Amino acid sequence: MSEQNGRVPAAVADRIAPADPGEETAAARRRRALLRVVGLVVAAVVLVVLAALSIRVGVRSIPLGTVRDVLLGTPGTDPDAVRIVLGLRVPRTLVGIVAGVCLGLAGAIMQGLTRNPLADPGLFGVDIGAALAIVLAISLLGVRTPDGYVWFAFVGAGVAAVLVYLLGSTGRSVAPEKMVLAGAAVSVTLGAIVSGVLILDGVTFDVYRFWAVGSLAGRGPDVLVAVLPFAVAGVLLAVALARPLNSLALGEDVASALGVNLALTRTGAAIAVTLLAGAATAAAGPIVFVGLAVPHLARLLVGPDQRWVVGYSLLLAPVLLVGADVLGRVVSGTGEIEVGIVTAVLGAPVFLALARRRRVAQL
Amino acid sequence: MTGVVSGRALRTPGERIALRVLPRAVLVCAVLVAVLAATAVVGLTVGDFDVPLADVLAALRGEATGRARFIVTGLRLPRLLVAMLVGAALAVAGAIFQGLSRNPLGSPDIIGFTAGSATGALLVLLVGRGGTAGIAAGAVFGGFAAAVLVYLLSYRRGVSGFRLILVGIGVSAMLGGVNAYLVTRAQLRDAQAAQLWLTGSVNGRGWDHVTLIGLTVLVLLPFAVLLGRALPQLELGDEVARARGLVVERSRALLMLVGIGLTAVATAVAGPIAFVALAAPQIARRLTRTPGPGLVPAALTGAALLTVGDVAAQRLFAPVPIPVGVATAALGGIYLAWLLARQWRSGRG
Repeated sequence: MSEQNGRVPAAVADRIAPADPGEETAAARRRRALLRVVGLVVAAVVLVVLAALSIRVGVRSIPLGTVRDVLLGTPGTDPDAVRIVLGLRVPRTLVGIVAGVCLGLAGAIMQGLTRNPLADPGLFGVDIGAALAIVLAISLLGVRTPDGYVWFAFVGAGVAAVLVYLLGSTGRSVAPEKMVLAGAAVSVTLGAIVSGVLILDGVTFDVYRFWAVGSLAGRGPDVLVAVLPFAVAGVLLAVALARPLNSLALGEDVASALGVNLALTRTGAAIAVTLLAGAATAAAGPIVFVGLAVPHLARLLVGPDQRWVVGYSLLLAPVLLVGADVLGRVVSGTGEIEVGIVTAVLGAPVFLALARRRRVAQL
Repeated sequence: MTGVVSGRALRTPGERIALRVLPRAVLVCAVLVAVLAATAVVGLTVGDFDVPLADVLAALRGEATGRARFIVTGLRLPRLLVAMLVGAALAVAGAIFQGLSRNPLGSPDIIGFTAGSATGALLVLLVGRGGTAGIAAGAVFGGFAAAVLVYLLSYRRGVSGFRLILVGIGVSAMLGGVNAYLVTRAQLRDAQAAQLWLTGSVNGRGWDHVTLIGLTVLVLLPFAVLLGRALPQLELGDEVARARGLVVERSRALLMLVGIGLTAVATAVAGPIAFVALAAPQIARRLTRTPGPGLVPAALTGAALLTVGDVAAQRLFAPVPIPVGVATAALGGIYLAWLLARQWRSGRG
């Protein structure tokens, strides 16, 4: 493809030029690895704290002691607290964590796969396919609740991803640039149908605009149960592909020299991204920023090594999502601000500060 | 794709001026012009009131009177010209940004312009309650502010293409959050008006719009073509471009300025019709089969995309005014998909 001609010299130059001019000692490398492990542990602890906060905080604040009683099933606990904690807050928090993990992982794989910094996990048509299915469900079937959206979102995401894949795999090779362009073409076509329906049907638009923001409000156990199998399958597939994907992040030639089956890896990775992004979108709506920015954030923190990028994305994304959800419930007195808005407004400044300060690691 | 130097050279006697001519690109441009002309004929003659071609020609010469004159020169011609010029402006801007970011997904979005203009327009629409001119002004101001912010934030001893992309993502995301907040908190009627504006439309555009976008294209397009000769070198990366004697920072800043100017006026006139900027350069590149970003074919492709889209939208859903943004997205998306599939099936790429 023509773009490649232009890109090769710069890419090669980046690979040839060492990141640090000085030779790195083994001790320094070990110290850095230790630092990164500590960072991962800190992120995990922060996630646990945020999850606890997410169960505690809300329109009705519940003391942590009561939360503990409810979770342990201590007899004589306030039934209202039991209902709120087990029926609302715990599922909501778990949905947030699952969606976050999915988005972070999908984003990291997507950027490693396409080596395109603008590729978000929705690029395979997942987000827009889900959006189209939900718009049609609202408009034609009158679906109104998150529980109802889930399956439509899955079907739409799957159909769109298959379309993108069929288009992107025409011809002999399965090059990432082809998938990127195929994704753009399919997304735009489906997006046109979405905006056409929204302009003609005001009632649908009124319901849809609250889904499109991305929110965790009202996500109950049903949503969690529906989403979890897809998320688990996606994570397992991603873990199974970790090694070949890591080689692939070094470039095609290096990967094939290392014995990676390019076609198989790319197909598997595309399926994993679709499962993960589909699960996240079905659970919480299209929260594009998390999947796009968190892998960049991770790369700014730990450099270009894909293994660390995946690990950090996996933990930082749910931290951002659950943290934003808690904050969205706290800041506005009566209602709540949707998590999609808070993640962007909260995450973007951090992202910008890092993008300015750090030496930017190219994909 | 074979070597960069291809095509035939045209030289004046004494070789004072030499031009490289790509026969295929010239042919593609000619076909695009023909498509534009055919669409113009359809757009001017067919409508709720059909005007015979003879009357249209009379109206264009200024000889018609009454209804034909009003419909052709008052309604249809300005709308047609706006669609053409906006399409060309957006396509050139898209080609510039794709070249600058070395990314096929590049478009004026990447410097935050689209998100910023949406924020500006939404604020005017939802808070200030300004008229059409107010919305356009808000959009241009918001877009410029966002673009300047992105440029300044990514400036650190020069702007690296990659940092620009990252900063653009960050700023766009933040403004996107603000936009989502505004849309969900607004009254349904206002939110719908905003949605309509955000889709992009050339409904009811008049001669003042034509003047605005026409002057912009007239002034900026030559600059774009002149400066655009640096794009293939910038696509090779900063080091290579610098080694070839290009003043990278200045070329980039000037090109960006031209791209932003074109986008700003196009957005003010017709709203953010984002997809043209993305698709037109890609379609043009594949039609002409040239490696570099040809700005003239891209401009013609963009003009054709938007004009055909607008005429199709008006005719296919006749009583319902479907905005051109919807039609171009559907049309351009399907066409791009077909073009890609055909190119890949025949084994190119």
